[in-house]
Amino acid sequence: MSPAEQSQRRKSSRNGWLLSAPALSLLFLAASGPLLIVLVYSFLTPGQYGNVIWEFSLDGWVGILFTRDIFDGTMNLADAHLTIFWRSVKLSLMTTALTFALGFPTAWFIATRPPAQRAMWLFLITIPFWTNLLIRTFAINEVIRNEGLMNTVLISLGLISEPIRLINTDTAVFIGMAYVYLPLMVLPLFAAIDRFDMKLLEAGYDLYASRLQVLRHVILPIVKPGIIAGSILVFVPSLGAYVTPRVLGGGKNMMIGNFIELQFGQGRNWPLGAALSMALLLIVMAALLIYVRASTKGSNPHG
Amino acid sequence: MKRTLTALAFLAATTSLAQAEGVLNLYNWGNYTGPDLLAKFEAETGIKVTVTDYDSNDTALAKIEAGGHGFDLVVPSTNYVPIFVQKGLAVELDMAKLPNHANIAPEWMDVAWDPGRTHSVPWQWGSIGMSVNTAVYTGDINTSAIFLDVPDELKGKINVVPEMTDVVNLAVMYVGGEPCTEDTEVLKKARDVLLAAKPHWISMDYGATEKLANNDWAASVNWNGSSMRARLANDTVAHGYPKEGYPIFMDSVMLLADAQNVEEAYTFMNFIMEPENAAMISAFARYNNGIAGSEAFMPEDMKTAPEVVTPEEHQAAGVFLPTCSPTAQQYMTAIWTELLK
Repeated sequence: MSPAEQSQRRKSSRNGWLLSAPALSLLFLAASGPLLIVLVYSFLTPGQYGNVIWEFSLDGWVGILFTRDIFDGTMNLADAHLTIFWRSVKLSLMTTALTFALGFPTAWFIATRPPAQRAMWLFLITIPFWTNLLIRTFAINEVIRNEGLMNTVLISLGLISEPIRLINTDTAVFIGMAYVYLPLMVLPLFAAIDRFDMKLLEAGYDLYASRLQVLRHVILPIVKPGIIAGSILVFVPSLGAYVTPRVLGGGKNMMIGNFIELQFGQGRNWPLGAALSMALLLIVMAALLIYVRASTKGSNPHG
Repeated sequence: MKRTLTALAFLAATTSLAQAEGVLNLYNWGNYTGPDLLAKFEAETGIKVTVTDYDSNDTALAKIEAGGHGFDLVVPSTNYVPIFVQKGLAVELDMAKLPNHANIAPEWMDVAWDPGRTHSVPWQWGSIGMSVNTAVYTGDINTSAIFLDVPDELKGKINVVPEMTDVVNLAVMYVGGEPCTEDTEVLKKARDVLLAAKPHWISMDYGATEKLANNDWAASVNWNGSSMRARLANDTVAHGYPKEGYPIFMDSVMLLADAQNVEEAYTFMNFIMEPENAAMISAFARYNNGIAGSEAFMPEDMKTAPEVVTPEEHQAAGVFLPTCSPTAQQYMTAIWTELLK
């Protein structure tokens, strides 16, 4: 490489950095700034009426797992907190599984349409994004409530005599979450299946593979990056979901998001709220790491 | 002579035009400020009011404490007024600028949370009780047993508003304790009562007015004004005042220490203490206002409404929630977390 070429390359690399500097600094400041504040607050002492006192304390972090029993003063494992965490994680996993079960056939269907039609199908998938999340959630509420669309229609058709009580149950939250996050699963799955070479299917059948074997050994390994991307996109926001559980669940059982809000609101324990937020972030990071490891292992060609 | 008058009128018109540049930023509860009140205020004074909503006292407190909010007036509840004063977020009022201060009804003048009303002026007051559809349940509704020892007819049909302080204190008073108690024996009983009752609640949500009106719920722990609005839409809904004790609230307007439009804020506070204007506030949200003489201007349907005019026999059970100590607050949060886990 001639010195002129080298300097040319350095220049273009410098230009690249310069050009991306505004976006990078925005991302850095907007993402790490508030996060640092949350991190610092999690190590402070709660103020009398909200806010914090600038005194170092680990109580926020200890409070995630342990609580002092208000009646006998002993430190116990905070089973209320663990119940809330587990409910959120369980619901997020279930939502991810359901959106995958519904999203995979959908994505497959779209990817196997003639190219001219695909754009239209994808366009249909994105329609829910035109409306605000809160409005969509209230729309579901309107459909499934006791005197709502679903029950009125079923009763007038004579299929049921008593309304199906769905609203304010965990099932309602589950349905709502799956509905809200389904497009986030379909789109990356479609992108992966779209790149899939259909000739590989024929090759599989030629080698006497059954349909199930083709699915397991040919399709799934190749579209795995899409599955992983979709699962992350669904799992991560599900974990912090706040609106859907509140509107459809009737507020009787808290999720992590609602529990964190309690600490910053009526609970007046900002350090605990901050520590809970950081713990949630750690769970998400752990989930991401597991996914990334699983995906890099899978993509190594073996044999 | 005529010319002089015209000139004077012109002068008056231009001065009021000059005043029209005035603005005021009011930070108030959502769905609480009637647009007709603001229109009248602007027509009379030329001051344009911008209202920003909040949904809880804690939200308002946190936002104002953080600074840089640009608000002039805030409307906290009884038990938050002393916090705003203690933290220096709201200032003492200049009585010379509030001639209508004398209109505050005597019983709302020397209140425990702001003796002599030196820091706050009344917006609205009401109470929390039991909204019950009397077509579903015909028994006594003036008791907290409606939600703490749920009658069979209401099982699976009653809602409880997710207001920690109100709900826990209703339970504390139900088991014979004082609001904001730190007595762990009483708190334990209150917790057990709440935990035992929860399986019979359909939800813990807001929006009782609509859901009682359209029969989604047959009962709810609810505010009296909301009960009245539900009754107007569904005439079998009635409001019960728990005999074991129920919390009364008053939301009061306070002038913020970092207000930018102080003069306009005083004009507004004085304006809302005019009986006719206070009645407009009530006509919108359906709560009482605490201004003497406003009764005459109230809408007809509110003058005799049992939700607005507390019946004599139920008045004694009403309690103003004091500002709970941080310890009491911790106890309540622990019970609340246990209840909603």
